[in-house]
Amino acid sequence: MRLFVFIVLFVSSSFAGLYESGSACLSDSDNPIDRAVLSGLKANGLKPSEKCSDSVFLRRIYLDLTGTTPHLWQARDFLNDKSGDKRRKLVNKLLGSPEYADYWSMKLCDTLRVKAEFPVNLWPNGVQAYYKWVHSSVVNNKPYDKFAEDILLSSGSNFRSPPVNFYRAIQGNEPQTIASAAALTFMGIRLENWPEKTAECITPFFSRLCYKGTKEWKEQIIYNDPAAETNLTASLPFGGREVTIEAGEDPRKPFVSWLISEDNDYFAENMINRVWYWLMGSGIYTELDDRRPQSTPVNPRLMSCLKKEFVSSGWDVAHLIKFIASSQTYQQSSIPDKKPAETLKHFGCYKVRRVEAEVLSDILDKTFGGSSGNYISRIPEPFTFFPAYKTAVSIQDGSITSPFLALFGKPSRDTGFLAERNSEPSAAQSRYLLNSNYINNKISRSWKLKKLVRDNRKNRKRILSGIYLSILSRAPSESETKKALGYYRSSGLNLLNASQDIAWALTNSREFSYKH
Amino acid sequence: MSRFEFTRRDLIKAGAAGLAAPHLLNSQALASKPKAKSVIQIWMWGGPSQIDTFDPKPQAGQDYCGPLDKAIDTNVDGIRINAALPKLAKQADKYSIIRSMTHGTNAHETASYLVQTGRQPTPGIVHPCAGAVVSLFKGRGKGYEKKLPPYIVLTEPQGRFSECGFLGLDYKPFATGGDPAKDPFEVSGIIAKGISEKRQQSRRQLLGRLDTFGKAASNLDIFKLAQNARQEAYDMILGDTKNIFDLSTEKREIRQMYGMNTFGQSCLMARRLAEYGVPYITINYKGWDTHKRHFETMKQKLPELDAGLSTLFADLSDRGLLDSTIVWWGGEFGRGPKVQWQAPWNGGRSHHGKCFSVVVGGGGFQGGKVVGKSDKKAVAVEENPVRPQQLLASMYTLLGIDPSAKMPNNRGLDEIVMPLAKGEGILKEIM
Repeated sequence: MRLFVFIVLFVSSSFAGLYESGSACLSDSDNPIDRAVLSGLKANGLKPSEKCSDSVFLRRIYLDLTGTTPHLWQARDFLNDKSGDKRRKLVNKLLGSPEYADYWSMKLCDTLRVKAEFPVNLWPNGVQAYYKWVHSSVVNNKPYDKFAEDILLSSGSNFRSPPVNFYRAIQGNEPQTIASAAALTFMGIRLENWPEKTAECITPFFSRLCYKGTKEWKEQIIYNDPAAETNLTASLPFGGREVTIEAGEDPRKPFVSWLISEDNDYFAENMINRVWYWLMGSGIYTELDDRRPQSTPVNPRLMSCLKKEFVSSGWDVAHLIKFIASSQTYQQSSIPDKKPAETLKHFGCYKVRRVEAEVLSDILDKTFGGSSGNYISRIPEPFTFFPAYKTAVSIQDGSITSPFLALFGKPSRDTGFLAERNSEPSAAQSRYLLNSNYINNKISRSWKLKKLVRDNRKNRKRILSGIYLSILSRAPSESETKKALGYYRSSGLNLLNASQDIAWALTNSREFSYKH
Repeated sequence: MSRFEFTRRDLIKAGAAGLAAPHLLNSQALASKPKAKSVIQIWMWGGPSQIDTFDPKPQAGQDYCGPLDKAIDTNVDGIRINAALPKLAKQADKYSIIRSMTHGTNAHETASYLVQTGRQPTPGIVHPCAGAVVSLFKGRGKGYEKKLPPYIVLTEPQGRFSECGFLGLDYKPFATGGDPAKDPFEVSGIIAKGISEKRQQSRRQLLGRLDTFGKAASNLDIFKLAQNARQEAYDMILGDTKNIFDLSTEKREIRQMYGMNTFGQSCLMARRLAEYGVPYITINYKGWDTHKRHFETMKQKLPELDAGLSTLFADLSDRGLLDSTIVWWGGEFGRGPKVQWQAPWNGGRSHHGKCFSVVVGGGGFQGGKVVGKSDKKAVAVEENPVRPQQLLASMYTLLGIDPSAKMPNNRGLDEIVMPLAKGEGILKEIM
């Protein structure tokens, strides 16, 4: 009888409160996202998950919007806040934070190939200019149509007109190569997988670009050919109208105005699809880098409601993020009811995935103190200085990396594909987290952990709650407290060493390195 | 006229992925009977001088040889190597020297890429290096089911030009870190300082108890993968596997013959890994990029190389492992034959991709032969130019990997293992 009671307690206390708030979420929402998702789930005989708990939301929203975890006091403040709209307030606060700008710049720079060397050749000066430009576009929340226009219509020196680096990051100057890069970056399609006519349509619009060196080392000027003598006739893609470009005109202009116009669904849908993928873990079009003519969205109603919101907001990316993050769909628990794969596909739960390499490196630093530093570019030409206090998320240059970042799948920024980022778990990663000198030292030398133990010598529960809050952004459950207190007694280790082992275990728990 | 003759156009064709049909001389017939099980690659990072090692030119004079101006006979009639390698001279029957390697590139990165992938760098795609290709075809799920990873680098990783490329992280080498000349050899993630086996065990149990979310969501596919990965990791951390890295169980004389330095002990470590069955082992031997003070560096490096590599050949042979283990010695290029005596070099050697030497032995490669010939000053190839892709295709063939096989990948790329241009063949004369 006693044993039975214990088992029931264990099962119920392990989830409720920790990961789920105990209330249904999609069914009583009148948010258009939620209604679209719910109808999609119902049509497939699936049930949505419960609403996630506050502590899950806290960690999730920090990781998704800022690429970092909350400080211990930030976690405490949020968890103690009793106001009804605290989730919305937190989203607003995070969208204005410097960490948000760093993190979303990183995502954009992955797709824009912001990289100094091989096989992209922006060179460090170009990277710095380009990165700064992207970063300030995120800080100022530049409307996305304007962002694309500024890039695609850019001309001038790679040092003085930063967005021209888009054209330099493409490997090749041929109009078709440029057209392919523009189509991938701004429409999520790969021209080689489309009927040839699509490429034939887009290519002429990039046929008058010229590249010229200067006497300045690695400076290059990109401009529209002023000496073009004949008119150019071209058709806009997907059966669009025919346009004539006069000799002196920039052919990119009619293309870009078509691209960002409402005649073209691909532009808005591609960005929405990416933002959705970045927040939810899978796309509404599942082919993120390779949408095909026959591709269909998992949930057409969802896509159309997001498109309406994004376009009517004036292409406001932060608004789109807020719109999604405020939905109950985003705030579902990551523990699916049944049929996990199907439920995930139809957005009936939040998708569990490993945090990015850069984020993992940074949150280890944040949790335990110190800096992983050691970021290197193998060809320091000119010398790239990367101060130790900088976060890995804010590394501007894709050529700069570290063995840690490589191990955990930082993308090489060679192709602009989102799929370049690898978040699959591997044995090498497990070994590293379980038993590398780096992790062992990080924990055993952590001044934060030492201080926590020193300040609370007489109160193991306080030590535990500090460890849990700083590593997992939540308090331990009763059953966890019991097990951890047991370890203090049974391990035969002193207070500090036993606390380090508990910290080690939490660092290796799925909850630490996975968004959930 | 040599059968290795090629034209520039052929090379360009081969470089353009998938455009040219590869010409493979009977490699498929050879591929059906694999002779080699493992490769030990001695990567001479920075590029070793051909004149100072396996292609001595004593008659070229002081400006080409500096103080290393003597050649010695080896245990094979007619083959002479630099007198600075007396121990290797006694093992010449176990390896062949290719004195006519060439690719013409003098930049480290491009040349490393060329030698280790057999390809010119092409935009937008990074090819896997030989070790990744071997672990794709001979690693997990392909007959190698041991606990250590199929591709191991001693000790430091080689970086982005010599790794998994488009095959993805599964084929990335496991770089041990640490130093096998130190006791214990701290192998990254396997042998950690100050954490006893007992504490490992109790930590593991604790983790099992505290991984609350991992248990709550254990039916997710990603956690099933992660669980397998963790199990695989623990197989290495706990149990017998880690004893492979414990060099203290070797006889002291053997350890000393290899040399009590990082390179020597890495060679011993590589032998142990080959014995265990690891398909591809790279020793990343740094310090050969000697633009300045070249001869001072050689005075220290060459004896180290001589002891380590010669003992490796002898030891593999004594243990009956040489027949199934390819040893491949070489770097991204050779070094400028003419010594730069003037400041700021003050006796240095530049990069030289036009003509350099590579040594291969074991695993089906014959010993005691010389392939190709350089001119009087080792500046250019005089006979039988050999391209890196020919050497790689030969190695793959001996391992039973068909050079024309496709390389499956998640990027949908239609790439084959090792395309050869028309007129290029595998090195049948030493296979």
